[in-house]
Amino acid sequence: MSGTRTIQGQKNLQKIHQASKDGIGGSPLRPDGTLKVKGEFAYSSDMWHEDMLWGMALRSPHPRANILSVDISEALKVPGVYAVLTHEDIPGSKYYGLEIQDQPALAIDKVRYHGEAIALVAADHPETARRAVKKIKVEYEVLTPITTEEQCLDPETYGYVHEPHEYKSHGSGNVCHSQKLVSGGGVTDEIRALADVIVKGTYEVGMQDQAFLGPESGLAVPAEDGGVDLYIATQWLHVDRQQMAPVLALPEEKVRLTLAGVGGAFGGREDLSMQIHACLLALHTGKPVKIVYSRDESFFGHVHRHPAKMTYEHGATRDGKLVFADCRIVLDGGAYASASPAVVGNAASLGHGPYVIPNVRMEAIALYSNNPSCGAMRGFGAVQACFGYESQMDKLAAELGMDPVELRQINAVTQGDFMPTGQEIDAPAPVAELLQRVKDMPLPPPLDLENLDVRTLPGALSNTSHGEGIVRGIGYSVGIKNVGFSEGFDDYSTARVRLEVIGGEPVAMVHTAMAEVGQGGVTVHAQIARTELGVEQVTIHPANTEVGSAGSTSASRQTYMTGGAVKLAAEAVKQALIDKGRRRYGWEHKDITLVGGKVVSETGGVLVSMVDLLGDEAIDLTREHHHRPTVPFDKETGQGFGHVQYTFCANRAVVDVDVELGLVKVVELTAAQDVGRALNPLSVVGQIQGGCTQALGLAVMEEIVVKDGKVRNASFTDYLIPTILDTPPIPVDMLELPDPHAPYGLRGVGEAPTVSATPSIVAAIRNATGLALNRVPVRPEHLTGTL
Amino acid sequence: MRVTFTANGKPVEADDVWEGESLLYVLRERVGLPGSKNACEQGECGSCTVYLDGLPVCSCLVAAGQVQDREVRTVEGLSEENGELGLVQQAFVDAGAVQCGFCTPGLLVQTDALLAQDPQPSDTDIREALSGNLCRCTGYEKIMDAVRLASARTCAKAVSE
Repeated sequence: MSGTRTIQGQKNLQKIHQASKDGIGGSPLRPDGTLKVKGEFAYSSDMWHEDMLWGMALRSPHPRANILSVDISEALKVPGVYAVLTHEDIPGSKYYGLEIQDQPALAIDKVRYHGEAIALVAADHPETARRAVKKIKVEYEVLTPITTEEQCLDPETYGYVHEPHEYKSHGSGNVCHSQKLVSGGGVTDEIRALADVIVKGTYEVGMQDQAFLGPESGLAVPAEDGGVDLYIATQWLHVDRQQMAPVLALPEEKVRLTLAGVGGAFGGREDLSMQIHACLLALHTGKPVKIVYSRDESFFGHVHRHPAKMTYEHGATRDGKLVFADCRIVLDGGAYASASPAVVGNAASLGHGPYVIPNVRMEAIALYSNNPSCGAMRGFGAVQACFGYESQMDKLAAELGMDPVELRQINAVTQGDFMPTGQEIDAPAPVAELLQRVKDMPLPPPLDLENLDVRTLPGALSNTSHGEGIVRGIGYSVGIKNVGFSEGFDDYSTARVRLEVIGGEPVAMVHTAMAEVGQGGVTVHAQIARTELGVEQVTIHPANTEVGSAGSTSASRQTYMTGGAVKLAAEAVKQALIDKGRRRYGWEHKDITLVGGKVVSETGGVLVSMVDLLGDEAIDLTREHHHRPTVPFDKETGQGFGHVQYTFCANRAVVDVDVELGLVKVVELTAAQDVGRALNPLSVVGQIQGGCTQALGLAVMEEIVVKDGKVRNASFTDYLIPTILDTPPIPVDMLELPDPHAPYGLRGVGEAPTVSATPSIVAAIRNATGLALNRVPVRPEHLTGTL
Repeated sequence: MRVTFTANGKPVEADDVWEGESLLYVLRERVGLPGSKNACEQGECGSCTVYLDGLPVCSCLVAAGQVQDREVRTVEGLSEENGELGLVQQAFVDAGAVQCGFCTPGLLVQTDALLAQDPQPSDTDIREALSGNLCRCTGYEKIMDAVRLASARTCAKAVSE
């Protein structure tokens, strides 16, 4: 078995142990933190095997072309090259996909986006592989790419991204998925007539990238049983395996995945990237193969946030009560489906915001195009819509002469209200309160032109201003996001908890397949085990496919789902231990619990130490946690109990704008969020601040620029993510109103701030400049009129 | 070619180095010091920051041949000799400044360099000094906290000594 061979960087592939007294509600330090600051934590790009090869892909320079021929003969002659593979070398199914198997593992006869993988090379050095890739000769018939909404919706004229006979999604033409929603009376002339004021707007969101720092990478090691072991950075080990095994023509049990260190994810690792490629090369050459994407390859190798074009119309009475909302959201899904159908479902069901609106009409669609594929990114369809509806709220407030926060509060949903999907909000929904909280927070001091440090101004270190032309603005927003997988998906997670005596102390071991991507799940799992089992010592087993699926580290679901599974498994272990004691000692106490390594009666009397009761026997139990069932939305009306839980965040942004140069500096970005119950307040605050910062990026700088289907800025030089100079203080006000349906009352945290914060920043820029601004990211040319 | 230099106080040599290889590649793939990270490989993100003769540099931008007979100190060299965490490392752990941690090694070296030069930097000084190090997870607030904590501990240590 290859699993017994040496993989350098084993440390975090072994168990991580941490002792602490902190259960849930405390903020113990990360168990992997020490390894990470020492540089010893092994990320997927750090994997190393003594006779490993380096894999690399040849990628298409064209967004749409027919492949007439592929000649690999010259590449094979490069000294040090061990294999050159095309789709013809794939032993099994040639297609894969998260929801729809429409993506070829290597291009077959045509390419559908700029950067699509066509062939693979394995060589003894990355430079050898690079040279060999350049020697692969591909003859293309270049076609005009289908890139705009107009082109996509007229396939008779502009063509099909996937020809009708090869169509695998439920849509038609170039529509990948659509979802309609009608509630109340919908939007008719009669309904419109009920409104005193109507505002319309069209809004656009650019293509944002997850831009995680750790590039896609991993090491595939061929095994003696004909299978393969993959050490990989991913968000969901089991769904990777499920997609990989048919392509590799292997049974799932022969495709073993172990989570290597993950350098951020944000949705970008939900789809496969190099997993199949590395395994194909390893199985073909019989040698371990490592693939590490360069940054530009990373931009080509994963899906992005869907760019969106949205039209919104809102009507309200004179006193600010919303009467109707009419919304259309068009998402560009790019060449392959990825998670587009689920993103559409979110956009349709959350796209009117956290507001009570008696009459709603909504249509959300995702298109197939020859633009880069889009799929999961933090906020998942709720981000785009939030920019639309929150821009509308400001517009409506201005039209009514109302305070924008007050208008939002008048219409804010609360527990017991119904969403336009007909779903009752059956947990706290403190939307109005969150808005009040950010509004009531003290404002940062005004710009002091006498004593300013130019490094704090827009333009910062570039020294572009000494205060002249700088105007300050303030803006507000609030957003809604679902937690967990929706629309009837049987979302579940598995956890194994083992309790045993090691070194004279009771030690709990937690084993799940949860991808720790930086969010801190490993810390929380240890806290839950400590809380339920009354121990201090907890060991986290490496995440792998030897235990049942944990589902994806996405949708703000992991603490809810896998945390819930750890709770169930730990409770079962606790019960088994107490039962053992009852059998042995004949206890008749009703409420027996575990505290401080002891078995304790309801009156606090120590019955026995856990060490004595356990003896040499370990208790090792596995449990699954399913959340309560949801249903798919009705295709035409959008009605249905589709979401498990909602989560809300409100923001206030303060910005300084250099109106002459069009430069923006966010001075402060305040957040208030209901987290249900903070299992680890330090981590929760970290998630909210990080989420706000990605929203800041979308507001003022982040966009993959695509022209005629070609990516123009696939590097960290040209795709800008916020630096520490671009990022302001982010005060966080955390509200804890328990959700009665969730483990410990918790609420998913990670995505809500990324949904809500972008519109607050744009609102603040509008407030400073008086410009309409209907597109993000807001660029200097939008502010200076030099577009 | 063969390249010999000092890494974290120990002499190292790497054979068969291709002339286009970066110091980052040599450290990670040949010397067994993968602590410095490979995030952009064009000097934009700071994840690969190391000391070269006492000055922080992006090791992805340094050609391997340039380090001949010079001194390199990486994140692995920030720990104490007994393996305990160094002051800056401990501050990052304590402040919750580590999430995915991929940016952390570079930030640690850059922070170490900042505090060596100015043990009590202002917030704006910190932001300026760390502006070449991207972090995608934290929103930088906890990183600010970590640097402030490291600064306070550095100053307290100086007073007690």
